[in-house]
Amino acid sequence: MNSNPIVGNSVPRKEGRDKVTGRSRYVDDMVLPNMLFGATVRSQIPRGRIKKVTFGPGIDWNEFVIVSSKDVPGKNCISLIGDDQPCLADQLVNHPEEPVLLLAHPDRHVLPKAVESVSMEYDALPAIFTIEESERRAQIVWGEDNTFKTYLIEKGELDGVWGQAAYIVEGEYTTGAQEQLYIENNGMIAAFDAAHGITVWGSLQCPYYIHKALMALSNLPAEKVRVVQMETGGAFGGKEEYPSMIAAHAALLAIKSGKPVKIIYDRMEDMAATTKRHPSRTRHRTAVSKEGKILGGEIDFTIDGGAYATLSSVVLSRGAIHAGGPYHWPNVRIRAKAVATNAPPHGAFRGFGAPQSLFAMERHMDRIAQTVGLSPAEIRRRNFLQPGQTTTTEQVVREPINLGKLLDRALEVSDYHAKQQRFANQNHLGSVKKGMGIAAFLHGAGFTGSGERYLSSVVGVEGCADGSVRVLVSSTEFGQGTNTVLSQIAAEALGLPYENVSMAQPDTRQVPNSGPTVASRTVMVVGKLVQSAALGIKQTLISSHLLAETYAADEFRAACQHYVAEHGQFRSWSRYEAPADIFWDDQKYRGEAYAAFAWAVYVAEVAVDLTTYGVSLKDFVALQEVGRVLHPLLARGQIIGGVAQGIGFCLYEKVVWQNGRMQNGQMTNYIMPTSADLPPIRVFFEELGNVYGAYGAKGIGELPMDGPAPAIVNAVEDALGIAFDFVPLLPEDIMDRLASSSPISGVSAGGGDR
Amino acid sequence: MSDFRGSHSRAEISLVVNGEPKKVRAYPMERLLDVLRHQLQFTGAKEGCGEGECGSCAVLMDGALVNSCLVPVLQARGSSIITIEGLATAEALDALQEAFLECGGAQCGICTPGMILASVHLLNRKPDPTIDEIREGLSGNLCRCTGYSQIIEAVAEAARRRSSA
Repeated sequence: MNSNPIVGNSVPRKEGRDKVTGRSRYVDDMVLPNMLFGATVRSQIPRGRIKKVTFGPGIDWNEFVIVSSKDVPGKNCISLIGDDQPCLADQLVNHPEEPVLLLAHPDRHVLPKAVESVSMEYDALPAIFTIEESERRAQIVWGEDNTFKTYLIEKGELDGVWGQAAYIVEGEYTTGAQEQLYIENNGMIAAFDAAHGITVWGSLQCPYYIHKALMALSNLPAEKVRVVQMETGGAFGGKEEYPSMIAAHAALLAIKSGKPVKIIYDRMEDMAATTKRHPSRTRHRTAVSKEGKILGGEIDFTIDGGAYATLSSVVLSRGAIHAGGPYHWPNVRIRAKAVATNAPPHGAFRGFGAPQSLFAMERHMDRIAQTVGLSPAEIRRRNFLQPGQTTTTEQVVREPINLGKLLDRALEVSDYHAKQQRFANQNHLGSVKKGMGIAAFLHGAGFTGSGERYLSSVVGVEGCADGSVRVLVSSTEFGQGTNTVLSQIAAEALGLPYENVSMAQPDTRQVPNSGPTVASRTVMVVGKLVQSAALGIKQTLISSHLLAETYAADEFRAACQHYVAEHGQFRSWSRYEAPADIFWDDQKYRGEAYAAFAWAVYVAEVAVDLTTYGVSLKDFVALQEVGRVLHPLLARGQIIGGVAQGIGFCLYEKVVWQNGRMQNGQMTNYIMPTSADLPPIRVFFEELGNVYGAYGAKGIGELPMDGPAPAIVNAVEDALGIAFDFVPLLPEDIMDRLASSSPISGVSAGGGDR
Repeated sequence: MSDFRGSHSRAEISLVVNGEPKKVRAYPMERLLDVLRHQLQFTGAKEGCGEGECGSCAVLMDGALVNSCLVPVLQARGSSIITIEGLATAEALDALQEAFLECGGAQCGICTPGMILASVHLLNRKPDPTIDEIREGLSGNLCRCTGYSQIIEAVAEAARRRSSA
């Protein structure tokens, strides 16, 4: 048996060698014989009826394969939660960039001109572009009332609290759309023949989402649809649902042409047409006691879902459940709503609603602190959830979490108090104003409520003919370290060296449905199933008397070889079973929302230059409790990468919209942080251990997206004494506010004496 | 990607890739990136943005770091190109590749080839860079996964190893 634990060590990334040598195969690196290239003709207007399609002159259209909605063999939709989004628009279009026609040709270079040469005449219909326009219902663009979904979370008796309150604090907070901006654009290859059905290879997160969508689209049975994940160059949620659309398009072209078809988006198409983070608006009204304790409050959380329902209901759910932050609300009413507009559908992006509602919560805590006359640290300390208390969904906090201790530690390592005092004293000098900001937050791991029970994930572990072990999951690697950590878990469970474990390529013909690779669920939920399936292999070998209770790696190898030689294929399966004590009421939205929460306190140090109005980060502390850290190097990489995206969300990344269309769909004008923009991001883990996940791990991937934006905007307020309640916060926004508010000398004392 | 052929015809163009002489027939304005990927099968160079902004297609051309999506292949005639495939020998990885592996510098891997070549270029000019010089030297290569810290640490580590080797 292996005496050195593998879990907890930073073993080499499984596919790392291929990545640093350029050998990894991404979808655009794959070429099939006789392959055609596909392109998409999209709507140019936000809403209307297509009257006429004209194929322009100067192009030999006979050379092209052309697909329209009439070529869909099954149901013309991208089947996900609902079936409202067409695969190809049939007459009616509901957003700019909506796919209408598909073209394929052997020469990829002729496609851009061909796409431009297709012109469409429309009967335009009035369109709506903001949450407010959607709420006014001047135009009904979806369903009966423009509303995809609402939730109501109620706890306690809110009506009585307003009379007892010493303070009633109100605020409205908004967040903008954000592009995932994986560096590898979306892409798919599809092949079709009658005997084998459809096969697609692509850049994707969720093989079985695509499998389901292609079955509905093609009317083919499960065994005639095969989805294979290629190496995937970043995803961040952006390859959760939209790849089903691209796979469907490539499949339709392959079915019609009888040839393999590759569709690779260029950057502008990817940015304009695929999903982004939902824009949001959150309103808080909070009753607070004289001592600064939250007595109760109302939270209205609204997101813009774009033109089709896609995943908005689930994003909304997570945002609503996280809206109260890591605080104890004796009484609360959370109303959440996802509304329709005529923009391309917004979708999954790391954090999935929580970064939006937590931005509001953490900005609002600073507002409450000012109203009550307490420091940002103290107001949080007085309201933190304690073990035994309940969350807004009345989930009892069972973990021995001590948020006050996390806060103390974050303040200590960031040197918060000394710096804040120093900045307050010095900010009247010069034109650079400095400030410190805090964000405290939580992030639930795994699907919400009954979600994991419905998913009913299955994983397999295989003992191979050569005596090695292979993990069979549809959970995908796209940079986070799925391959590495799941291999570690299997190796640890079997007491084998890490090198003896490999991962099967996610291929729906080879691997079971272990659920989508989303929701920070892979290590915690799928990892635990891998652990139990691996133990099944060991138990079988022991009970077959091929292996003793304790063994060396070569004894395991020999036993495994022996078993396969005698019995053939040797696989052990494990299916998710919900813990017996978990209760969730889908109607009342009450109960155990998540099997575990990760907890964090982040501290930002900013300098605002009043010459350029630019905000630069001088230091960033990210301190979190994520259960046991299974791979310190990967975990730290996840946190730093998430913080960097959070900094982009806050200070750089603004989607400029015009009539529902993104105007800045290029890397030259949609600005993400470079290596020269980011501060040192200092990561600290506090490990409590969690009995639930694999070896005590909780989810980690999304957590770091939640904290940076509020911490930074809180720090900007500390520096300038001006409250900004929106992100992205750009230099021009700061300039405008300073120009319209008091002269600069009036704010020069900074936030220190507020 | 527009049609670059216009009224031109293909020309024979000689260049050296990873030390080996190559002859290709290509349109003069064809992108070096496409010639490397499609004709010569050096798929380690990746297209991220197609406009010289992200650096994932970066290669070394006569020692200079270039975005191969912006280089017409005619401009590469007679030059010596190094791609990610040209760094490791059969026996061993380059020190930077080792350091990227060990320090967590590669996550999804799509920016990694360009990032490593930018790092090679940086260390060739500045064998012992400061952290700020590394930040500056890699600022033309975008990474969405790592937040850059572990890439910067990898470059610093490789520089240390090279100087002590």
